[in-house]
Amino acid sequence: MTASASTPPKIDHPLNVIVATDCGSTTTKAILIERVGDEYRQTYRGEAPTTVEAPFEDVTRGVLNAIAEIEELSGRKILDGDQIITPCRDDKTGVDIYISTSSAGGGLQMMVTGVVQNMTGESAQRAALGAGAIVIDVLAVNDGRLPHEKIERIRSMRPDMILMSGGTDGGAVTHVVEMAEYVAAAEPRPRFGMSYKLPLIYAGNKDAQPQVKKILEDKSALVVTENIRPVLERENLAPARNKIHDLFLEHVMQQAPGYKKLIDMAGAPIMPTPAAVGLIMEAIAKREHLNLIGVDIGGATTDVFSVFDGVFNRTVSANLGMSYSVSNVLAEAGLASIMRWVPFTIDEQTLRNRIKNKMIRPTTIPQTLDELQIEQAIAREALRLALIHHKSLATGLKGVQQERTISDVFEQQTSGKALIDMLKLDLIVGSGGILSHAPRRIQSMLMMVDAYEPMGCTRLSVDSIFMMPHLGVLSTINEKAATDVFVRDCMIYLGTCVAPIGQGRDGDLCADYEITWPDGKTAKEQLKFGELRLFPLGSGKQATIKVQPAKGVNMGEGPGTAITKDIHGGVVGLLLDGRGRPLRFPVEQQARVAALTKWFKAVDLYPELSVE
Amino acid sequence: MAHSYTPGLTVTDRTVIHRRRMLPLPGKVVVNLGDTISSQQVVARAELPGKVFPINLANQLSVAPGEIREYLTKKEGDVVGKDEILAENKPLIKWFKTEIPSPVAGTIESVSAVTGQVLLREPPRVLQLLAYVDGTIIETIPQQGVVVETTCSLVQGIFGIGGETSGEIVMAVQTPDEPLTPGHFNSTMKGKVVVGGSFLPSEAMKEAKAVGVAGLVVGGIHDEDLRALLGYDLGVAITGTEQVGFTLILTEGFGTIPMAAKTFKLLSSHAGQKASISGATQIRAGVIRPEIIIPQGEGGVGMATQTQREGIRLGDPVRIIRDPLFGRIGEVSALPPELTKIPTESEVRVLEVKFADGKKVIIPRTNIEVIEGA
Repeated sequence: MTASASTPPKIDHPLNVIVATDCGSTTTKAILIERVGDEYRQTYRGEAPTTVEAPFEDVTRGVLNAIAEIEELSGRKILDGDQIITPCRDDKTGVDIYISTSSAGGGLQMMVTGVVQNMTGESAQRAALGAGAIVIDVLAVNDGRLPHEKIERIRSMRPDMILMSGGTDGGAVTHVVEMAEYVAAAEPRPRFGMSYKLPLIYAGNKDAQPQVKKILEDKSALVVTENIRPVLERENLAPARNKIHDLFLEHVMQQAPGYKKLIDMAGAPIMPTPAAVGLIMEAIAKREHLNLIGVDIGGATTDVFSVFDGVFNRTVSANLGMSYSVSNVLAEAGLASIMRWVPFTIDEQTLRNRIKNKMIRPTTIPQTLDELQIEQAIAREALRLALIHHKSLATGLKGVQQERTISDVFEQQTSGKALIDMLKLDLIVGSGGILSHAPRRIQSMLMMVDAYEPMGCTRLSVDSIFMMPHLGVLSTINEKAATDVFVRDCMIYLGTCVAPIGQGRDGDLCADYEITWPDGKTAKEQLKFGELRLFPLGSGKQATIKVQPAKGVNMGEGPGTAITKDIHGGVVGLLLDGRGRPLRFPVEQQARVAALTKWFKAVDLYPELSVE
Repeated sequence: MAHSYTPGLTVTDRTVIHRRRMLPLPGKVVVNLGDTISSQQVVARAELPGKVFPINLANQLSVAPGEIREYLTKKEGDVVGKDEILAENKPLIKWFKTEIPSPVAGTIESVSAVTGQVLLREPPRVLQLLAYVDGTIIETIPQQGVVVETTCSLVQGIFGIGGETSGEIVMAVQTPDEPLTPGHFNSTMKGKVVVGGSFLPSEAMKEAKAVGVAGLVVGGIHDEDLRALLGYDLGVAITGTEQVGFTLILTEGFGTIPMAAKTFKLLSSHAGQKASISGATQIRAGVIRPEIIIPQGEGGVGMATQTQREGIRLGDPVRIIRDPLFGRIGEVSALPPELTKIPTESEVRVLEVKFADGKKVIIPRTNIEVIEGA
């Protein structure tokens, strides 16, 4: 399939049976989607190790193995030797289309350049991240590095692609041309393949296009597109993102082992995994008019997506993950931050050795309860750090001139204001092994609540078996199929977290609340500081909660102001979090362990608590 | 389930391996197909382009970028020496003359009339690619590199730091559970590959560095000692370029863990022989593990390279790779197919491992590795 990513293919036959794969860095996951009556359902899944590298060096091997597993489980014949049978021949033979996403081989690694680091540099970074790339460096005229250091950096990195931006249309060309000269002097080489030219997208000041072409045309596979920052006040990221997707297919994937075959096998363009997940997140937010934060925590990286007031952002924390990068979570968060979530004591040396052993043997799983608790503690920190990273990039445009009136005298807002507002947040969506496969769903819910500290009323959900990438690419060819499966099989609503903002001594009044349950019964009680309470409220059920916060405590409408809200249930239920915001822990070790033990018991987090 | 495959580490007395030796950029291959080569022999050469130094002449001479060509004393492609005058202005009074010397020796790569920059490039540096192992050239890839074949004993470690080196194998301890202490080192170990047992404390690392050993092979170390050795906390296991004075290979993991008896026995049987070792580790889907290669010379007739394993079988020797029994070695005694609930409440595929004392335990399949080459 060689269609451009920006123009989805036309399918001329009905799609009743679909097989989709996601080629991850470790595992290739396949799912089968079938039309059952009027709706689409995900019916079977299979997985196999990814085979991008030696000894196989052919990604399609892993794909065929994963599909073979679906064949075994479903009894449907999908493969004919190394070919996928399309379209369906009868009820038990073939599929109507095969589609795929990929992040194998380290995903799409890009380097971006701009003129001013926090203006065009950031815009270029947002464009690349939104297209599903990992940004390995941002170079800018004012990035603090000397010119020869910049050139050395470009030379030593081996990106899959470079995105160059800089300048507004009609502005000065000198700095953009200067960056082009540095890139040309470095003679950048691509990560895969010795003989092909590195794809380079120029999306800067249109007046500099002739000079940039002259400097870079012979040294790279240059593509020129619209400026990502035509004027200071506006970003225009879509043309650059589409070009990234096209070049990803045309150049980068052609070099990766077996991808030519994979592209031919697929009935729609292969998408980078995070780009597909981003599509799904955007679609949920748009369909339900929500502000959301989505996270996909993997072994090597953690992706964070957000949609606030219709503005989509994505970041990837390339070295925060639960296996390959687990040791980096320890390095970045520090031991104390991880240990604060562990309800027992363990000496530093033992814990450090355990974390390193997980890093060098990344496929192992916790076998004992204390190991599970340590992993979930690390996950909380990885999630927390990745959100901090996301908040720093999900901002309004910087460098924009603002008109001020007399009313601004008391409320001076700088440009580049953070877009993430936890009080406006409606939904948190979690995905990735540690969240999707936690033995108890409450564990996924509490990991996200502890890491993100949602405020007011926030709904939480998880991806049941990690199929968002598959559904993202499916949505480009059949929106209904993607939506049906997403609603019925993918998204598992956990419930709602109600968390007043404020601080108080343990046992002091945090809020009075009154819940009206779906059967009409009401419960009127008090939530104390330091308390966690969990009430069952099933999936699809709604209740109404009236919260009267104590003096100085806020539910989003101002200190002491009551709120009434409809809240949604889920497989976990309604969680009342009286631990205060921001979350604080007792300083003293014994008191901290006691507090954690109390919280964990209150929500029945683990089968038994191992307190040493 | 189709294929359940837990890759393990190879420890084998005789195998045939191929090592691809590739230049980072096109160059010249200097050996021929069929040549017998030694580890320190150069197999290919390339010229690494020199560093680039930009100088903004327009700013330094206070002239417009479009005018700088008028002030240059050299043109594109010219060779310049260090401190040689690159450009100068022509004032009426000599006192006001500004001369811009070249900060480096090299050639003038480009002159930009848009930015006023001149790019200077230092002379290229010659990069020599060594064979790394003794063996035979079985393939040459023009301009790129070669493939070396060798019949050898091979031990893969789990984690290492430091690059490729070689040296004679010296057994410093008597048993695989004996830790390597500073007292084990002496001056005869300079340039050699020293094998220890269960643990390498930081004092012993210091002593090894002082003696000047080429490499160290041990069961385990503490993470905090690694941090002290490197000077930073290693976040992601991509190594091979560290320069700590020696190449370090762990055969088991982090902590005090006796070296697997098979590994220890194999290395002992080759004491006094030359080994090529590399600490380079990359833990991703297609892993690179550190390795100890002990060439065996001729005799590989009809011997195939090791075949890829298809799965775990009853009787396979395995190592447990996760707490609480981390590092224990036993053999597979049962492979129940059904999912089993473990203490974390996860339902996973498990297997039964029998230890030498006859005791049996149930372990998730992902928490063992097969000791390959058995």
